[in-house]
Amino acid sequence: MSYTTETADQVSSIAGEKYKYGFVTDIEMDLAPMGLNEDIVRFISAKKDEPEWLLQWRLRAYERWLTMEEPKWAKVQYPEIDFQDAYYYAAPKSKEDGPKSLDEVDPELLRTYEKLGIPLLEQQMLAGVAVDAVFDSVSVATTFRKELAKVGVIFCPISEAVKDYPELVQKYLGSVVPYSDNFYATLNSAVFTDGSFCYIPKGVRCPMELSTYFRINQANSGQFERTLIIADEGSYVSYLEGCTAPQRDENQLHAAVVELILLDDAEIKYSTVQNWYPGDADGKGGIYNFVTKRAACRGRNSKVSWTQVETGSAVTWKYPSCILQGDNSVGEFYSVAITNNLQQADTGTKMIHIGENTSSTIIAKGISAGRSQSTYRGLVRMQPGAKGARNYTQCDSLLIGDKCGAHTVPYIENRNRTAQIEHEATTAKISEDQLFYCRQRGLTDEEALSMIVNGFCKQVLQELPMEFAVEAQKLVGISLEGSVG
Amino acid sequence: MTNMLEIKDLHAEVGGTEILKGLNLTIGEGEVHAIMGPNGAGKSTLSYVLSGRDGYEVTSGSISYRGQDLFELAIEERAAAGIFLGFQYPVELPGVSSTTFLKTALNAILRQRGEDELDAMQFMKRLRTHTKALNISDDMLRRGVNVGFSGGEKKRNEILQMALLEPSFAVLDETDSGLDIDALKVVAEGVNALRAPDRSILVITHYQRLLDYIVPDFVHVLANGKIARSGGKELALELEENGYGEYASGTSGIEAA
Ligand SMILES: Nc1ncnc2c1ncn2[C@@H]1O[C@H](COP(=O)(O)OP(=O)(O)OP(=O)(O)O)[C@@H](O)[C@H]1O
Ligand SMILES: [Mg+2]
Repeated sequence: MSYTTETADQVSSIAGEKYKYGFVTDIEMDLAPMGLNEDIVRFISAKKDEPEWLLQWRLRAYERWLTMEEPKWAKVQYPEIDFQDAYYYAAPKSKEDGPKSLDEVDPELLRTYEKLGIPLLEQQMLAGVAVDAVFDSVSVATTFRKELAKVGVIFCPISEAVKDYPELVQKYLGSVVPYSDNFYATLNSAVFTDGSFCYIPKGVRCPMELSTYFRINQANSGQFERTLIIADEGSYVSYLEGCTAPQRDENQLHAAVVELILLDDAEIKYSTVQNWYPGDADGKGGIYNFVTKRAACRGRNSKVSWTQVETGSAVTWKYPSCILQGDNSVGEFYSVAITNNLQQADTGTKMIHIGENTSSTIIAKGISAGRSQSTYRGLVRMQPGAKGARNYTQCDSLLIGDKCGAHTVPYIENRNRTAQIEHEATTAKISEDQLFYCRQRGLTDEEALSMIVNGFCKQVLQELPMEFAVEAQKLVGISLEGSVG
Repeated sequence: MTNMLEIKDLHAEVGGTEILKGLNLTIGEGEVHAIMGPNGAGKSTLSYVLSGRDGYEVTSGSISYRGQDLFELAIEERAAAGIFLGFQYPVELPGVSSTTFLKTALNAILRQRGEDELDAMQFMKRLRTHTKALNISDDMLRRGVNVGFSGGEKKRNEILQMALLEPSFAVLDETDSGLDIDALKVVAEGVNALRAPDRSILVITHYQRLLDYIVPDFVHVLANGKIARSGGKELALELEENGYGEYASGTSGIEAA
């Protein structure tokens, strides 16, 4: 814990007795009292020194949230979440609280870093060890920022963008995922603490993969992250989110929102590797990851591509979607979801075809091992105006062992006769034959499994940027350790 | 001199049924042996027992490989120790390109032997020499291992793997089945190229034709879970002529000397 129970109690008793809206003024405090109410929302907003419009937006979200119920349609099971039994604002942990050296870090975690081939300095940063000046991430970030500024790309924490680029934020925030969208997105709108903001100006091809140098900081970006990316006409950006190294977090519930906006001829490639703590082999602990990600292809010929490798979290609820509004716009969804032990994943996408000749591709690969459950849930909707629209969906499930489950739930709604929809689904099991064949050639059980599963996922992994792809391949093997033999 | 392989009174079960019933076989270094025998006699079973496959349970007897007790080694350790099995039915690995598979396998074996692994360049160079000789196209190397390969391509792919991994002892289970005459020659050349004084080969086949190209030092008949007869190359011709009638299950075969 980043705070002692004692302090927390003190704060909550002070807050409870003396203040109604009062503690809002005392923004020197490092954490808000436990629980969620209007005051907390105001507190967060004040902490961030936000303009009135944003506070009002948060408050509307909060009010709406009170009227909503947690969705129950996903094929996941978890104990009831007590939303009052959580802290919604805590200042980032100071470095001094962290481990002093790698010797103090969980050796299990270090072994995984090693297998992933993560450099020592990066390992230290990931594990929260205070690092000396040799690798100064701040100066690296500054250098990159300068380079981005040269071409006019804005890339900064969203809390900064609210101050520095208020018109952009106000215009686009909530324009793809409205504050009233769904239970978790609404909660996020009320209490989000930070996230990334990115604007690519007209005609600019972003000169680097965004957030590569940022990913270490992102490990601490918190429970309710909010990302907003705007690709102006004719621009291009490749954005990387997450980290292959296992991320531990004391917050069990994560509810992020990501909004992408694409104008004419713009392209966004959004890649995620999600490796939050999945809980132990008996399913204890582990993160609940309830994410709303959506892209609006507003412009003609715009293209968005979601690529995700989901290996972590105890429960995953996530459907990165595309609203294909501009004529000829293109949406792609490439997904690998691996579940092991008692993990549960209900993930997929929504492709909403509005414009003419819009096209979408869905390639979803689910791998289940142990006693885990993996569900692909996807919606393809052709609106009446989607003349000549096309969708191709391929869902493949791979089972390892006989105690796990894989499910495919496609929803297809076609309201235009000229639209074409193709759906293919397969389920396969890793056979003893395959493992034996590989072992006869000198591979161990785990090497064999990793190679076969990577082969199964290749279509998706090859969509990842190079540097991510190599780590992701290793991650695939590591996530399945102990599932054979 | 230690022999390459000494099998003594081997009994093995599959799914609770005894398949190998007291098999004896000795293979010296540098020798090529052929095993023939009726369907279901236990030829493939023998190859699986040699490679250590799960479910093939040895109930008694011994196998020593270059003086070492084979049963002490796991499947991949046997592979690293130089045992190679050319499969009767090669297995498909969708999405795993042959190149990736071969490189992973070769490096896994080198690693287990404590030797340096090959980098991509070194590996490709080595691979090229073999693919040329075996007439294997780049397209085949790019595709998933054995996925969509014709019967003959699968078998050539097995020989490619053998050539690359340079085993000390190779068992080729019906590598000739389903090959046209040209492919048969290519495969035989591949095998012959590997013949060496410190390398032994066991070919399992139904056709004496293969043995015109890969001339064996010894031919054995495996029937009813035992070596029923052993002889020279001419035994294959005789079998081709007379069939396995006299070794049919139930009749008492002639014990190997
Ligand atoms: N899992 C199993 N359970 C029970 N019996 C099995 C099993 N696998 C193989 N057998 C039996 O073992 C016997 C030997 O099979 P094997 O494959 O070794 O024969 P083979 O000599 O290679 O035949 P072929 O020439 O047709 O390839 C057969 O009768 C077969 O049915
Ligand atoms: Mg056989």
